[in-house]
Amino acid sequence: MDSKVYPDAASALAGTLSDGMTVMSGGFGLCGIPEKLIVALRDSGVRNLTVIGNNVGCDEHGMWLVLANGQIKKVLASYVGENKILEQLYMKGEIEIEFNPQGTLAERIRAGGAGIPAFYTRTGVGTAVAEGKEVRQFNGKNYVMETGLTADVSLVKAWKADTEGNLVYRKTARNFNPMIATAGRLTVAEVEVLVEPGQIDPDQIHTPGIYVDRIVVGKNYEKHIERLTTRPRAAAGVKS
Amino acid sequence: MAWTREEMAQRAARELKNGFYVNLGIGIPTLVANFIPQGMKVTLQSENGMLGMGPFPYEDAVDPDLINAGKQTITELPQSSYFSSADSFAMIRGGHINLSILGGMQVSEGGDLANWMVPGKMIKGMGGAMDLVAGVQRVVVVMEHTEKSGESKFKPQCTLPLTGQGVVDLLITDLAVFEIDRAGGGVRLVELAKGTTLDEVQKKTEARYQVALAKA
Repeated sequence: MDSKVYPDAASALAGTLSDGMTVMSGGFGLCGIPEKLIVALRDSGVRNLTVIGNNVGCDEHGMWLVLANGQIKKVLASYVGENKILEQLYMKGEIEIEFNPQGTLAERIRAGGAGIPAFYTRTGVGTAVAEGKEVRQFNGKNYVMETGLTADVSLVKAWKADTEGNLVYRKTARNFNPMIATAGRLTVAEVEVLVEPGQIDPDQIHTPGIYVDRIVVGKNYEKHIERLTTRPRAAAGVKS
Repeated sequence: MAWTREEMAQRAARELKNGFYVNLGIGIPTLVANFIPQGMKVTLQSENGMLGMGPFPYEDAVDPDLINAGKQTITELPQSSYFSSADSFAMIRGGHINLSILGGMQVSEGGDLANWMVPGKMIKGMGGAMDLVAGVQRVVVVMEHTEKSGESKFKPQCTLPLTGQGVVDLLITDLAVFEIDRAGGGVRLVELAKGTTLDEVQKKTEARYQVALAKA
């Protein structure tokens, strides 16, 4: 079998993209986003995308680049603040946004990757989120039926991979990446560190390589911070 | 006279109990972390995938891979753990989090909460709020008692789109504290903010409630 490792982000996406496809992308805000693959997605010029992820980047960063390039027709997300172009497109009716509660979105992706077509959740009962959906009672409480989500291509960011595609995430950059890795018909992972098989303790692997089809090593990460918050050396902490 | 933002957070901190796992929303609820009593063990959950949130980092220790749900840079503690968003919301939806403190736009006397959208304005999304109110064991809302126009935000029914139906247990405003029976048993006014009178609360509240102040 050919290697899963590609020399750069553009070649890692080559042959996987087509107009009108559905793309999932990991990250929470700008934390743990596949920033090199997003740039390659923009540069590919593919259009009419449906993009699934917790957010759609924020001004000048992340999936905003693809949005600002006019390549997205529909978004499934839980929060889209700090994104002026998205706001403008939405107000002009030029983009469709389907808001999902964050936990429902995470579970829909998990379910999609796990072959589960639908599930019931308390989240959203009695709200606009439940409109048009089946509501069913279990043990005297109402639950909304939500469906699983899959994508044509999933783009994820991990800290470390081996050449088999086994992935390790770092701190809160994990977020949506593990589920998104499972829900793509083809999954591309970008990583900061690539090692040989055996160099990651099998007990410490977060995403097994079966979910990862292609791997690319990114360099010179921007990792833009949305809200830099610090404390002075002398003062006590804000939290226990 | 009424409570300041800090005093509202301080009052909300009295809902914390030793050993609690707690999720704090953005705004005044975030300030609650400053008022965790000395010696009380409270573990803060951040729904982007962390238990055991530490304080803001020193300037030379900022890590872009370590943020809270408000996208602020934070630190880890010896007891911290990281997990996926699916695991995070399994904790939330599965009822494993003891307490959620969050902000509100409107609360109804039946415990409905509206805090995610205003029709006609840009919708930013509900984030994790709907999951939190649906799944966490006890939900405390902290908000201003009235709009700038003076209109009561505590109403018989919410007029804004709901975040959750029958989900609020306790409402803390700058004027008073109300206990709400999610099962429809009504509202009890249990505490007045410093310098606030029953008369003022009555004038500024559309929701119906029984006065049940603790005897001084």
